[in-house]
Amino acid sequence: MTGKGFLSMLLGVFKRFVMTYVEDFRKGKKRYYTAEGIESRRKADVQGIFTIQYPEEKLPVPEEFRFLPFLVYEEGPNGEKDLRCTSCGICAKVCPPQCISIVRTNDPVTGKPVPQPKEFYIDVDICMNCGLCAEYCPFDAIKMDHDYELASYTRQGNIYDIERLSKPVSYYAGIRPTNYSAEEHARQEKEALKAAAKKPAATEGAG
Amino acid sequence: MSEEQVTVAQIPDISLQFEGRVVKDTRAGYSGFIVGAEHLLDVVQTLRDELGFDYLSSVTGVDYLPEGKMEVVYHLYRSIGGPALVFKVQVPRDEAVVPSLYHIFKSADWQEREAWDLMGIRFVGHPDLRRILTWEGFAGHPLRKDWKEPYFEEETKPYKSRWPEGITGYIEDNNPYHDNLQYPAGFDPETWIPQAEEALYASAQKIGRDKELHTDTVVVNLGPQHPSTHGVFRMVAALDGEQVVFLKPVVGYLHRNHEKIGERNTYLQNMPFTDRLDYVSSMSNNFGYALAVEKLMGIKPPERADYIRVMMAELTRWMNHVFSFGFLWNDLGSYFTPMIYALEERELILDIFEAVSGSRMMCNYFRFGGVARDLPEGVLNKVKELVFERMPRQLDAIDKMLSTNEIVRNRCIGCGVLTAEQAINNGASGPNLRASGVPYDIRRADPYSIYDRLDFDVVVHYHGDVYDRYLTRLDEARQSNRILQQVVRDIPEGPIMTGKPAYQVRVPAGEAYGRVEAPKGELGFYIVSTGKPNPWRYHVRAPSFINLTSLEDMCRGGKIADVVLNLGAIDIVLGEVDR
Repeated sequence: MTGKGFLSMLLGVFKRFVMTYVEDFRKGKKRYYTAEGIESRRKADVQGIFTIQYPEEKLPVPEEFRFLPFLVYEEGPNGEKDLRCTSCGICAKVCPPQCISIVRTNDPVTGKPVPQPKEFYIDVDICMNCGLCAEYCPFDAIKMDHDYELASYTRQGNIYDIERLSKPVSYYAGIRPTNYSAEEHARQEKEALKAAAKKPAATEGAG
Repeated sequence: MSEEQVTVAQIPDISLQFEGRVVKDTRAGYSGFIVGAEHLLDVVQTLRDELGFDYLSSVTGVDYLPEGKMEVVYHLYRSIGGPALVFKVQVPRDEAVVPSLYHIFKSADWQEREAWDLMGIRFVGHPDLRRILTWEGFAGHPLRKDWKEPYFEEETKPYKSRWPEGITGYIEDNNPYHDNLQYPAGFDPETWIPQAEEALYASAQKIGRDKELHTDTVVVNLGPQHPSTHGVFRMVAALDGEQVVFLKPVVGYLHRNHEKIGERNTYLQNMPFTDRLDYVSSMSNNFGYALAVEKLMGIKPPERADYIRVMMAELTRWMNHVFSFGFLWNDLGSYFTPMIYALEERELILDIFEAVSGSRMMCNYFRFGGVARDLPEGVLNKVKELVFERMPRQLDAIDKMLSTNEIVRNRCIGCGVLTAEQAINNGASGPNLRASGVPYDIRRADPYSIYDRLDFDVVVHYHGDVYDRYLTRLDEARQSNRILQQVVRDIPEGPIMTGKPAYQVRVPAGEAYGRVEAPKGELGFYIVSTGKPNPWRYHVRAPSFINLTSLEDMCRGGKIADVVLNLGAIDIVLGEVDR
């Protein structure tokens, strides 16, 4: 029959419309604006309305989500910030759009380079969020952030300096728990290996 | 023919057949043949008519500045499958003139225009050798190795100013407005008359004029800002009443010279840039580039990485095809509601990409010799849920809604017909080629990764119209689903990288062409390495770009309203067309 296909399409649209209200009725108020509701609307068996009401609701981001790099620092007991960065320059070299600029610290007396950055700039207008800096940093000193709401009125101030980029290690552990614990685990193992390698050498020297 | 059995997998040694005209390319790391420029047309004609190499896939130039040579590289295939016959023509750099293959292979049309535009190689015999991606006010040919942009910093990355001195500043301070441009000698933007445009309009007006009735054709510009063009894209059409008698696409509005950027970058730095080509299916772009560089490096990814790669590529294909159904609805006038329905599964697939790679669209997930990281916990289960339940269900729903819909059938059947001969000659690839009755799928014709071990069919339909293009995509999405089901069932445990991850890879000197069956068609990367950290030449054979060669053939003789439909059915992404 002519028109049957057309009607079945309209029916498909109508069914979706109705299903939204059926689901609302079935699940009640918790379908919207709650973590549980958002999660239920991302499941593979979701029916009815699918959209997330941004900005009132926000999709939780997965751990691997990456948006702009930041520098990780260890917090000292008296609140001092000890950046993990050694200013080796690998991130600046691997960066595809070349948005990272690092000024190396030189020892004022000897003039030799000191393993900490004097200045560290990231031009976030140019950054393409590829995550290569975080991936290839040998010291786990630069990591990708989760904060994606960065709208501003001017371009001035979009070159982030070392102050703006530094975030504590606790923040990093908070947003990427799995990665953090895996890295800590690997580091402890390495240190244990080092210690084990040192010991026999030490006893040999003594003997 | 001799008694010996010749299989498609064999490339004949044409240097024997064309003695004196063709020699083998004996440079280390190179393969194929070198043809004398004066013999090119004869040789290619014979290759096509007698040896069955009827599909010209890629034409591009390489500037060998130190040797003072300009080389044009051709990749020729048989449409029944098999590896490429690669041959080159070498001409002096200062006088780069090569005969055009336009009249033998129409797929050379846009590619030769591109090579002229970006490399300054003149193709004699090309009827319409205008600039294609840049404009007349562009100074020089950007892919020549001695060309420098107005804000030139250094020949290759990494730039020395970034470390350890760490010089930084706002770009507009370094290169102020008005000074960041360069024009050809004698060019004044204020008094400039767009001659190429005028010529285009004049040629459009010439066609279809009826002397007896004193009728005139109407020249219409569709685009560049038009909801139906899926981006910034323009078509100059001449209309006789409602009928299209002439149509030429105008592209380049989104041009950013991806290839020049690619030659400045190191090998790894290119990976995130490939995401920005066909931004709907970035995983496939990663795949093609990784394959090309791996070919040069002579490494292979471990088994698990191969499975993950295929899983990502097929999810991308599925998503791209369903996305294109949404656009088909859109182009048919059912504005955006059904389109959003087609996006639902895409959202769920993008959730998976985000969990795996960290980004929904700009995935940057593949590495040379593997993938960036293993699948996080729970992802495989999510994929299973999708591929066994939700995705087949959605395809059935779409099939039910669209395939028998009267509007879809009336508008699409018999619209924009492309015959098999035209499709092959125009270098169409992907679903466009297979909808015209040519069962050519690179996953089968020239298998890569683990596709030779997977069980799936090459989809083919025979009418070559918009409806068959839609059916091809629908069936292909089903096949993708089938592949995905096998992949999630068989995926082994194990490492995901060959060797240690390194930010500076060692790529031996030579050339390589890696191609994959991307959702849009054949996506190829031609890379020339000199052994340095940056590629000497990095060329993208973009399927959307070359598929557009067929647009005029599809539209001529049809109604103007169907142009929108034809363009939508080719399935282009302007990020890839304009590069």
